[in-house]
Amino acid sequence: MLAFVLQRLYQAVLVMLAVGFIAFALFNFIGDPINGMVGVDTSLADREKLRQELGLNDSFVVQFARFIGHALRGDFGLSYQEARPVGQIILEKLPATLELSTVAAGLALLLGVPMGVFTALYRRSWLSQTLLAVSLIGVSLPTFLIGILLILVFAVVLGWLPSFGRGSVAHFGWWSSGLVTLEGWRAIILPAVTLALFQTTLITRLVRAEMIEVLRTDYIKFARARGLTNRTVNFGHALKNTLIPVITIAGLQLGSIIAFAIITETVFQWPGMGLMFIQAVGFVDIPVMAAYLVLVGFFFVVINFVVDLLYFVLDPRLRVDRERVGIG
Amino acid sequence: MAKKPTRLRLCAAFAVLIAIATTTEAKTFRWANDGDPTTMDPHARSDGFVSSFDGNMYEPLLRRDRQMNLEPALASEWSNVDPLTWRVKLRQGVTFHDGTPLTVDDVIFSFKRAVTPGTDVASQLAMVKEIKKVDDSTIDFITDVPTPILPNYLAAVAIMSKAWCEAHNSVFPTNIATNEETYATRNENGTGPFMLKDRQPGVRTVLIKNPNWWGLKEQPIDLEEVVFTRIENAATRVAALLSGELDMLYNVPPQDIERIQKTSGTKIWETPELRTIFLGMDQSRDELLESNVKGKNPFKDKRVRQAFYQAIDEEAIKTKVMRGFARPTALMVGPGVNGYDSTLDKRYPYDPAAAKKLLAEAGYPAGFEVGFDCPNDRYFNDEAICQSVVAMLARIGVKANLLAQTKAKYFVKINAPRFATSFYLLGWTPGPLDALHVLVNLVETRSEDLREGTWNEGGYSNAEIDQMIKKIGVELDNEKRNEFISKALSIVKDDFVYLPLHQQIVVWASRDNVDLAQLGTNDFQLRYVKLK
Repeated sequence: MLAFVLQRLYQAVLVMLAVGFIAFALFNFIGDPINGMVGVDTSLADREKLRQELGLNDSFVVQFARFIGHALRGDFGLSYQEARPVGQIILEKLPATLELSTVAAGLALLLGVPMGVFTALYRRSWLSQTLLAVSLIGVSLPTFLIGILLILVFAVVLGWLPSFGRGSVAHFGWWSSGLVTLEGWRAIILPAVTLALFQTTLITRLVRAEMIEVLRTDYIKFARARGLTNRTVNFGHALKNTLIPVITIAGLQLGSIIAFAIITETVFQWPGMGLMFIQAVGFVDIPVMAAYLVLVGFFFVVINFVVDLLYFVLDPRLRVDRERVGIG
Repeated sequence: MAKKPTRLRLCAAFAVLIAIATTTEAKTFRWANDGDPTTMDPHARSDGFVSSFDGNMYEPLLRRDRQMNLEPALASEWSNVDPLTWRVKLRQGVTFHDGTPLTVDDVIFSFKRAVTPGTDVASQLAMVKEIKKVDDSTIDFITDVPTPILPNYLAAVAIMSKAWCEAHNSVFPTNIATNEETYATRNENGTGPFMLKDRQPGVRTVLIKNPNWWGLKEQPIDLEEVVFTRIENAATRVAALLSGELDMLYNVPPQDIERIQKTSGTKIWETPELRTIFLGMDQSRDELLESNVKGKNPFKDKRVRQAFYQAIDEEAIKTKVMRGFARPTALMVGPGVNGYDSTLDKRYPYDPAAAKKLLAEAGYPAGFEVGFDCPNDRYFNDEAICQSVVAMLARIGVKANLLAQTKAKYFVKINAPRFATSFYLLGWTPGPLDALHVLVNLVETRSEDLREGTWNEGGYSNAEIDQMIKKIGVELDNEKRNEFISKALSIVKDDFVYLPLHQQIVVWASRDNVDLAQLGTNDFQLRYVKLK
């Protein structure tokens, strides 16, 4: 087990270094931040001096090495745009993104799993057919379009929900939460639904396919032959065995929810990290972009790691295999 | 142990709360923009929107009135005591938001702070040799050469409190290279009509009325509280206005103007902006960087430049591309800028046949091919303008290969030191609202250190006009000076140094109950806002 963890940690470091390296290689192509930082009357010499001071004239390998050196000490530099420490900016934005992602992921699971089970058990019912047809829309419509449509209906026409922002937030230390006020919950509904729609569809279809597969297996037939109740068979035996691939995918999807919250956050002006990243790209705010990309890389690594650990819990065979390898 | 609140006390507290809630709600003004005022430090960044926003809290010595004329702000009067000295009298009885009085020392400190190397102001005020305290209410600005437009630049420098900056480690604006944030980035202590109440960078900024503002007697402030939100996405921003969650939008997405006009409850504000959009051509290289003409530079021939000019149908650009939100121009400056001359502002006619003939005379009967640089996120519909120019030039046989890209890449390509462009689109707002700014930056021959001709991407050079620009720079007699400007502008026009297209129109949107003052500088002053 320990060897496994260490191996994973080693891989994690490699992945993050690779992400950072590729990111820095790309930064050379997105343009020059200096023009956005100074006005039209700033002299050429002063522009050049600023570029030199920021180290933008160095090769990307040098810039990357410097970034890693500072990052190891927890120093991500100052944002070019806001002139504030990047670490502080990210800490401010992180809670918004995590809350939105968690609510969206929870929503997707709460809706997706029961819908998947239902459509697998009652394949021919009209409700199943409708659910599947509707879920097709969820996969095929792009997120920004869904977001805009929701805003149009619920904010502009009906006027029930706010079209942007996070409502009022309460601060607990460095964490800010919008989930303790009614206004905050009202604000999170539209973005969370938008973000969850694709995931819900995915989980529904995944659970359904796996469940149908499992229901065909021999041990389910035996279970029924033993005279167990439908409930025990369906949920105790069938569902439990469909969950392994579902957990893998759902876990990986949590990573993409956080990473792809970018679009939802932009549409709803949700003050999270995705919005921060988009703003940074427009300004060529290299310190912010670099820190964000490495952080997202870190999230993916952690989530993968947790998913791997969950396998151990869910699948006894893995534990046995590993131990045997360990001994042998 | 605290006493339990009695029911009566609770009721009273509740009543007070409700009273507060209702009064502030009545006069709360909520507005949004796609960009954020990234810093509260008025000297840290030369960005139009940031200066406009911070201008509600910090004030300069002189400011612009509704007609964009200079009027006294923290200075009560200003005059030229001799050709090299501008004397400014400080307004009496002004206090900063922390209650300390404004003094001459604060003004001198602020100018020193603003000219920190690397800032725009440092370049603008390069001619100021010394700032001298004459007495407790008088300051002299002593310059190297006579400087008629010094007052225009005084209007651009916000005054901060020396004691406050020193106490909060903010004697210099944040220097990004040193990795230290200063206190003034997120806090303020100005003299202006509004004070900062809450600041969440990139999310929300709340201002409240300054009850002790010196100008309250002449100009009562209607707003108690102002909530600014950054909303990046165009559709969301418009939706928030239509749904009544916002009172005003600063940058309005062009495609939604019509919808806002047609929706009841919302309206569009428009006024010509001071920014001129124009096309420039490389006139210095012996062979263009991006063209199929080898061994010579077609743009060195005035007939080719004129052919380009007459091939472009600006009226069509105005109506089709700009949806009417443009003011076609023949000059590089628009009305509102000192030096604008309406008698010169007549465009050469759109005439593709004549253009084709001019090209043939110049030796290009079949036209030629040229690279065309254009930003796609800098000006109102910039890329669309370029696309229509490409189509119009095709009619006279010129194939313009359009490269439209983000401003962060575009400016690197066309600006100093590379000037790697043959043909490009650019916009220019003369910051000090004087034609001199256009002439020095865009027309004057590039000097060694690029103090002159900094943005003269095409490398145009004309000794006659250079001499005239030098005279305009130091002439203190306004009438004489404006004559020189007219002469210079007419040479620029007749020599086809640039191909001016139009001045943009500033477009804002608001709910019907909002009254405000819209300036051509795109400056949004909250003190003018009234809620009906």
